[in-house]
Formats: sequence, structure tokens, C-alpha cells
Amino acid sequence: MSTGHSLLEVRNCSLRFGGIAALTDVSIKIEVGELLGLIGPNGAGKTSLFNILTGVYRPTEGEILFEGGHVAGLPSHEINTLGMARTFQNIRLFGSLDVGMNVRTSFIARLRNGLINTVRRGRSFRSEEEEVQEEGLRLLSYFGLEHAALHPSRSLPYGDQRRLEIVRALATKPRLLLLDEPAAGMNPTEKEELKRLIARVRDEFGTAVLLVEHDMKVVMRICERLYVLDQGKVLASGTPEEIRANPKVIAAYLGEDHREVVG
Amino acid sequence: MLPNPVGRKGSDSAQLTDNFLNVFRSYHARIKNPRLALAAGIALAVLLQLCGGWIDPYTTQVILFAAINVILAVSLNLVMGETGQFSLCHAAFMAVGAYTSALLTGKALPALLPHLAWTGTSWASQLTFLPVLIIAGLIAAFAGLIVGGPSLRLRGDYLAMVTLGFGEIIRVLLQNTNAVGGARGMEGILPATNLFWAIGFAAVILYSMISLVRSTYGRGFQAVRDDEIAAAAMGINTTRFKVTAFVIGAFFAGVAGALYAHAVEFISPEGFNFLRSFEIIVMVILGGLGRPAGVAVAAILITLLNEWLRDLSQYRMVVYALIIILFMIFRPTESLGPFFRRFLPKLPMGNMGAKPDKAL
Repeated sequence: MSTGHSLLEVRNCSLRFGGIAALTDVSIKIEVGELLGLIGPNGAGKTSLFNILTGVYRPTEGEILFEGGHVAGLPSHEINTLGMARTFQNIRLFGSLDVGMNVRTSFIARLRNGLINTVRRGRSFRSEEEEVQEEGLRLLSYFGLEHAALHPSRSLPYGDQRRLEIVRALATKPRLLLLDEPAAGMNPTEKEELKRLIARVRDEFGTAVLLVEHDMKVVMRICERLYVLDQGKVLASGTPEEIRANPKVIAAYLGEDHREVVG
Repeated sequence: MLPNPVGRKGSDSAQLTDNFLNVFRSYHARIKNPRLALAAGIALAVLLQLCGGWIDPYTTQVILFAAINVILAVSLNLVMGETGQFSLCHAAFMAVGAYTSALLTGKALPALLPHLAWTGTSWASQLTFLPVLIIAGLIAAFAGLIVGGPSLRLRGDYLAMVTLGFGEIIRVLLQNTNAVGGARGMEGILPATNLFWAIGFAAVILYSMISLVRSTYGRGFQAVRDDEIAAAAMGINTTRFKVTAFVIGAFFAGVAGALYAHAVEFISPEGFNFLRSFEIIVMVILGGLGRPAGVAVAAILITLLNEWLRDLSQYRMVVYALIIILFMIFRPTESLGPFFRRFLPKLPMGNMGAKPDKAL
């Protein structure tokens, strides 16, 4: 890790599909250990930004620096091994694997034993399986999911599935965690839990978090800094208070009822 | 009832330890046992080989076919069942292995080692048969790499089309190559395949596949099948996993082809057409996609069915199609898994199905 760099720097990135511009000239910076929010109305380009960050799409223009190295256009799995992990807006767990295995898949990229050793099942393989097993269970129990380790991931309640996605992403030991609308579909109690969980991830794992969220209460409460996207462009950035007071943001995003929404 | 997740740490730690132990135990039951299955399989292979004289030739032939079908079906299961890639050219890889081995034992070996007098059944030829099988597998694996490397970037229907095309290319190439007999095929292949090699290899692949899928590494294949985008986002090199599955599948199909060629002593391109591939697919679907042990049992059942339906000749494909349709209607997800579990509850490979143990 080189000092003097931001953890992640998006420089003038654009993403176009034919004539449609999903992102236009977006620049964003995330510092080490920061809890950053990304808000914007539907179709503002939040998920598109996630997708260029994690290698699902290659930005049409611009560059992305992670810890000082260029990552734009790298395949998803390489970006993950560099230290960036994500969750998905529509939950993407491995449906046929149980909860524990869902977490263990995150260790695959860093296994010492490859195909041959796995089939031979030597001592090195067995001890590594135990390590992975133990670490996966520790992470699960840290988030209160270890009781479900052997249950099919599909059988979990909705809120737990979202939590499992976060655990699975954390298991790849990221320095930056990208959360795509983690509170979507959660009830108020689950949202409260989620807020605590995200804060814990940052405080206890030291992971920087980029949080995309519709729920203003969640974002305003826990994020230190916010970016507002609208129609593929960065509309504003600043602390929650500054964003709340920014007339452009109010006009474009929060609308007439902002006082009620922001609460 | 779910406890409060955040406040949970540190509370009732005794129960937590208990849960940990239970989870450990249940996973360990899965990790340790496949070796027993391998040992049992090889012991069975040796035993049957030693008793070979008492088994009549027809039964021997059926057992050989069953073992070869197990190798084919379990290897295709890695591609289709575990990794979720629809491949229609498994018989083509089998053909590559069959022709490679036939050329090796029929032409290359007599030319290189004339004093060996390769008869197929002598000790010397039995010893050289193992490298022949391996080479046949490697050439088939290479063919798998050539087809799979570029085409596994495609998905679903496209991959099916590419593999269908490759299967036809191999068949037509063989039909038009006079050096390997063209459409007439190759005959006079010496009978080197015996119960030991066929059952031994079936045991080896069954062991390899079960120990592979019951491991963190092996779950990567299933992660790719379940959700490629999520798998890549978790650091899994999805293309490499798909190509690996394809190449391993092709390797064992090649070995099966070599065993087949030296069992029936005659091969022709028509024996490796699309219908053969389809037959292997039927075994995989019947046994339950992603369940190596179930697929092996289904392969044996289909082999027996083949023998019973021999009089129907080509019409037996109608029976297969009917079986598939009935399965899709009545057991779209379960296949024969629960049925097998009822009758084979305590196989040494431990947990056959995907269902979790009741650990907690």
C-alpha cells in the first residue's frame, strides 16, 4: 500500500451504452477506513458506478485507481483479490450451497492447496480446510449467523440473507467494501441492526465502506461523507449536514418532502 | 427464534462451543470418508478380476459397460451438474480417447516395441495399458482445452451449440480419415480392458469427484453454476474453473473411450455420435445433477436398461426421452436422490445428497 494515495480514486469516469450515458465524468475519492455514502434517485447511475468499480463493466472513459494502481477494466475476480468486495442489490447468494459454504467460497482465491492436493486430501489440505472452516464460522458467529451454518442459504430470512452477503464479502478480507442498497426490503428493526453492523465492520475490521442506499435515515446517520449522483453525474458531495442543506440536492433528489424524509 | 445478532457475542458461550463442535463434526464426516470408498472400489476391482474366470462373458461385458458408463457419467456430471455448463460433445471426447488408444496399441506400440508382442491380455501388455489409457485421456483433455478455452466464455445455449458442432466435426473427421478406417471404423483392437481397469478407474473417478466437490476448492464449481457474477465478485476465476471442469471431464471421457475400444475390440465413428452424448446426459440428469454417487448409480441402471431394451434397438431412445420427460414432470429437482438414499442409506461416502446434516 502506498501512502499519499486515496484508497480509491475514480477519475473522470464515463460509461455509455450506445447513445445512453449511464455515467458522465464522475470523480470520487475514498480514504482508508472511511464510511462513505452514495445516494441518488432511481436510475442515477449508482449501480453502474458499482459495476465499473468491480469490473462488471469497463468504463468508456476515465480511470480508477485502487491503492494507487489502475484497476479499470480488470476482471472482477482480480479486483476482488486486490481488496475490493461487494454485495448486490438483488441478493446473489449461492442458492445450492449452505450458509457456511457460501462464506467458504470467499476463501477459494487464497487457498494454498489446488486441485491435486484437494483430491489427494493430504495433511496440508485437511489443516487448511479446518482453518477455512474455523475462520468462516468465526465470521458467521460474529454476525450471529453460525446457528444457520448448515442450513440452505435460501431458507434464511430476508434480512439474514443480506447479512450473509456482507459476511461473504468480508471473508475475502477487503480494504474496501461496497454495499449496494443493503437495507432494501428490510423492516425498521432490521435496518437498526444493519446500521450497527456496518459501523462495526468499519470500526472493528478497519474496512472502508461505500454505501449505496435509498433509505435516508440509514445514510444520514452513519456516513461521514456523501456523494449525490443524479442522471449519471456527481451533483454534490460533503457531510450529511451540507448535503441536507444543499438546495441543488433538495431540488433534484429530496423534492418537496425532504424535511419529512430526512427527519 | 433468532437472537439479536449484534448483542450475541460472548453470551451463552458454552452453547456456542457446542454448536461449533457439531458443525465441525458434520463437515468432517464428509471430509474423511471418500478414501474408504476408493479403497472399497479398488478392492472390488481386484476381487472381481481374480474371480473373473467364474463370471460368464456376457455378464463381464455388462459390468465393463456399466463401469465405463459410470466414468462417462460422473465426468460429465462435473461439467454439467457441478459447474452448470451444458456440454453436448462428451461422446466426441470419448471418440478421441478411443481412437488415440487404438492407434497406440494397434500401430505405435508394435512399431516401437516389436519384441513386446502386444496381445492385450499378457502381463507386459497389461502393464503398458495404463500409460496408454493416460495418454488417451491427455489427448482428449487437450481437445477439451481447445474447445473449452474459447467457448466457455459463451453461456447456455451458445455453449450447447458449440459443443454440438464440435461433436459433429470429430465424427465427420473420423468418417473421412482413411488412416483410421473411415466410416468402416477400426477393428481388431486387442481386448486389454478387463474388470480391474474398468472398475478401478470408475472407483478413482468417483473418489476424485466426491472428494473434489466436498471441499472448499470444489465448491467453486458450484458457486460458478449458481451465480457467475457473484462468484467472480468473491475472487473466483470463473473462466478457469469452467475450463478446469471441462478439461477434467474430457480427460476421463478419453480414458472411458480407450477402455471402451479395448473392451468391444471394434470402434466406428457412428458409435460416438450425438445419441451417445445424449445417453450420458440422461444418466447425469437421472442421477441428479451435482450428485456424483447418484449419477454413478444411474449410469449402472441405464446400462442394465440398455441390455433389457436391446431388442428395441434405436427405439430405446424413445424410452430415454420418456424417462426424462416423466422426471421433469414429477421430480424436476430431486431426481433419484431420495430414492437412492432410501435403499443405500449408509454408503461410506457419507452424505450423498445436498441436504444438510441435522447438526444443531
